[in-house]
Amino acid sequence: MKPTDIKDPEYFHKVVDCQYACPAHTPVPEYIRLIAAERYTEAYMINWHSNVFPGILGRTCDRPCEPACRRGRLQGDDEEPVAICRLKRVAADNKSDIRDQLPVIPKQKNGKRIALIGAGPASLTVARDLAPLGYIIDIYDNQFAGGGMMRSQIPSFRLPIEVLDEEVNYILDMGINTTFDIEVESLQEILDKGYDAVFVGTGAPRGKGLNLPGLEDAADKVHLGIDWLASVAFEHTHKIEEKVLVLGGGNTAMDCCRTSKRLGGDDVRVVVRSPFEDMKASPWEKEDAMHEGIPIYNNHVPKEFVVEEGELKGMHFEKVEARYDEDGKRSLVPTGEPLVFMEADVVLMAIGQENAFPWVERDLGIEFDKWDMPVVDPTTFQSTNEKVFFGGDAAFGPENVITAVAHGHQAAISIDLYCRGEAVSERPAPGVTLASQKMGVHEWSYDNAVEADPRYIVPLAPLDKSLADRKMEVELGFDPTTAFKEAERCLNCDVQTVFEEARCIECDACVDICPTDCITFTPNAEEEQLRVSLSAPASNLAQDLYVSHDLPTARVMVKDENVCLHCGLCAERCPTSAWDMQKFLYNVTKAGQ
Amino acid sequence: MSYQIPKFRHPQLPVNALGYTKADYEGSISTLCAGCGHDSISGSIVRACHELSIEPHKIAKLSGIGCSSKAPTYFLGKSHGFNSVHGRMPSVVTGAAMANRDLIYLGVSGDGDTASIGMGQFAHVARRNLNMVYIVMNNGCYGLTKGQDSATADEGSVSKKGDANMYSAIDLCATALQMGATFVARSFSGDKEQLVPLIKAAISHRGFALIDVVSPCVTFNNNPGSTKSYEFVREHAEATGTVDFVPMQKEITTAYEPGSSHEVTLHDGSSIHLYKMDEDLDPFDRTSALINMEKHRTAGDILTGLIYLNKDSRDLHDVMETTRRPLNTLTEDDLCPGNQMLKNINDSLR
Repeated sequence: MKPTDIKDPEYFHKVVDCQYACPAHTPVPEYIRLIAAERYTEAYMINWHSNVFPGILGRTCDRPCEPACRRGRLQGDDEEPVAICRLKRVAADNKSDIRDQLPVIPKQKNGKRIALIGAGPASLTVARDLAPLGYIIDIYDNQFAGGGMMRSQIPSFRLPIEVLDEEVNYILDMGINTTFDIEVESLQEILDKGYDAVFVGTGAPRGKGLNLPGLEDAADKVHLGIDWLASVAFEHTHKIEEKVLVLGGGNTAMDCCRTSKRLGGDDVRVVVRSPFEDMKASPWEKEDAMHEGIPIYNNHVPKEFVVEEGELKGMHFEKVEARYDEDGKRSLVPTGEPLVFMEADVVLMAIGQENAFPWVERDLGIEFDKWDMPVVDPTTFQSTNEKVFFGGDAAFGPENVITAVAHGHQAAISIDLYCRGEAVSERPAPGVTLASQKMGVHEWSYDNAVEADPRYIVPLAPLDKSLADRKMEVELGFDPTTAFKEAERCLNCDVQTVFEEARCIECDACVDICPTDCITFTPNAEEEQLRVSLSAPASNLAQDLYVSHDLPTARVMVKDENVCLHCGLCAERCPTSAWDMQKFLYNVTKAGQ
Repeated sequence: MSYQIPKFRHPQLPVNALGYTKADYEGSISTLCAGCGHDSISGSIVRACHELSIEPHKIAKLSGIGCSSKAPTYFLGKSHGFNSVHGRMPSVVTGAAMANRDLIYLGVSGDGDTASIGMGQFAHVARRNLNMVYIVMNNGCYGLTKGQDSATADEGSVSKKGDANMYSAIDLCATALQMGATFVARSFSGDKEQLVPLIKAAISHRGFALIDVVSPCVTFNNNPGSTKSYEFVREHAEATGTVDFVPMQKEITTAYEPGSSHEVTLHDGSSIHLYKMDEDLDPFDRTSALINMEKHRTAGDILTGLIYLNKDSRDLHDVMETTRRPLNTLTEDDLCPGNQMLKNINDSLR
């Protein structure tokens, strides 16, 4: 293999699994160390710069970082990732007033006017990035306040309104001009106002329905999940019937059933076509629903609404089982059992969402593809009309808040480049630093000891109390003591093992001490061969091998990054400091930086 | 400074016949200097015992005093251990081995503990052919007292301070051969591919097995001019041949060119293969081994690998015709067989 180029910022970035998996590439270990040091405000600001909504995301994020966490790959089936998401919340809960740390908004504007359609996470991120650069920003939304789906779809028992308002207002208070409670019905009209650029962050606002026999007669008792959640959030709906069927297996279904339980639903059931394991909802959201006494019926395909004398009585379901072909493709095959009847006074359909752009005229130079989605560049987020940019769910379909934030940052860069007349394809390089953490002969600036504690569980409010009040937050968050212990579980994957071959005397000390047998000195070979011939097999192909230049004995050092604990023992036991522990800080460059 | 090895290990560590991983043969975290050759030897011992599938409680590791003699703390944490008096490890092993012949005795010593204060004990344990593995972690200096030249430092070898050693060196392999050792090998801490099979063969050999392992002292004896530095040993090591250890249970799969290898079956049924051997050396002939060692010494090389093996070794138990059972399993009936037996013995002496 060729020697690894550690100067390529993406090499070490990939080693920081959590940060690499995060769409916004938040420097996770960096803020976790600050939380352990009780420096909550600094931890919060690192998050705020990277993901804009630390308090919101610390409660509601889809957490792509956690399945990626190296801890989950360690020995033992029960080893769980660090509770990254809930640690983020600790920073938000315990920070001091941060308003004096927010960017200064120039009084003298740069004369460029930007329209943001939709006031969800993507648009707010664009506003956050562009307002400090002097742009004049007008934001349009059909709701009465900013936040988009974070306000209309995420129930208050998961995200208290105060937390939402606080973080939305940090941005709106940057002198953003808001036009709320008005539906934008024509993009042409917006463009006619002479904006220098327009950003569309309108989400995926249309809930999908199921047109089954009986729907017509039952229509007034069948609701689309997201619309129903919005009407609860906006205080139009205060109660629900006793028997509730929720169709669908995603996070919206979980929010629907849990909200129903709080509004008077007594017999609330979730019914999903797929097997339990294949459900789209995050595992913890399923757990939370079941904890509240809501059963999940899997492998049940809805067949028809049963209506008697004009009144919805329930639904019929067909039982199926999942079969997987050689390519792992799933098909749901009926078991042949009789249809299952479930009683229902009301049915909530949460089977998916889709985009809808009836308000975008098709003669504006914005190309639409065969699925009626705008053609958007995945790097620049520019549409085929160079003035119009898309981001969040509006760009490529439903994702999540953190993805919308990541889109927003990139779109802001593009808009800034475009308004300055520069090529949007020239993306700024990430900001990277690599610094030794050596404090003394065997001393490191980070806690290199690896804690064996199992993952800590976030305490919950008493079930009877939280079910009685839809606005009462269920999760109480970690207290600082538990947060410290959980933070110490972090392996500090950003503190990299940097190898300098010129210093190595090949004494094998690192090989002997490495608890996870990551390091091997061996004659060089092709990657495939090396992976099976190392001290321990390097079978995780998603993780790189770190290969040195040739050493005096004509061998090379090969390190499998897969289960490195970043414990620093190789560097501690190295007599010549050929190994050093160096902190790698990777920051996605923002607009104007 | 780390005081503990993290508990996590590689999830796919190979498991031996007992279901143990290498981690089950490890000890506490080393407190020796970073880069010490002794840690590599510890690593080789761990690997050898794991690969041989020895139950950890079937091993007793014994040592004297010195950096080397601290090392047993850092491997085989679940085995028996005895850290004895300076230079007196052989006596303690002799006592233990006489009392319980079922254990594997692993003596770990250094050049000071063996060639200076323990020279007398070393000579006698070798000539008695006690069934043990005697590993010398040989760095040519007294690391624990700041690096003075030891009795194995070569004449002319330069210390860290810059002074050349004035005295002739004791060659432990030659001494052991002279004294009647039945397994003599030399190796280098930085060459696990050679050291691990040698340790396995030494464990399987019945009789006194010496492995003199050159183990650089990074703190006091790894400087230019030293003949026990990593660089010097790498440049001057000359292997007698390659040793391949084949455990009893395992089928021989490696193909050897006919005539190029020797196969030796050991007492426990396992075998070792010596191949690519130096044509001048007959590893089963003491004279040949001594001549070869002397030849390499005068040429300024370090002869490594298996140097001598007595295929007909009879250990101390064989010679003394002791009971085949550990003493702690003998009952009163075994020890006091009664009047008739006493009478028979007395009669035989009349």
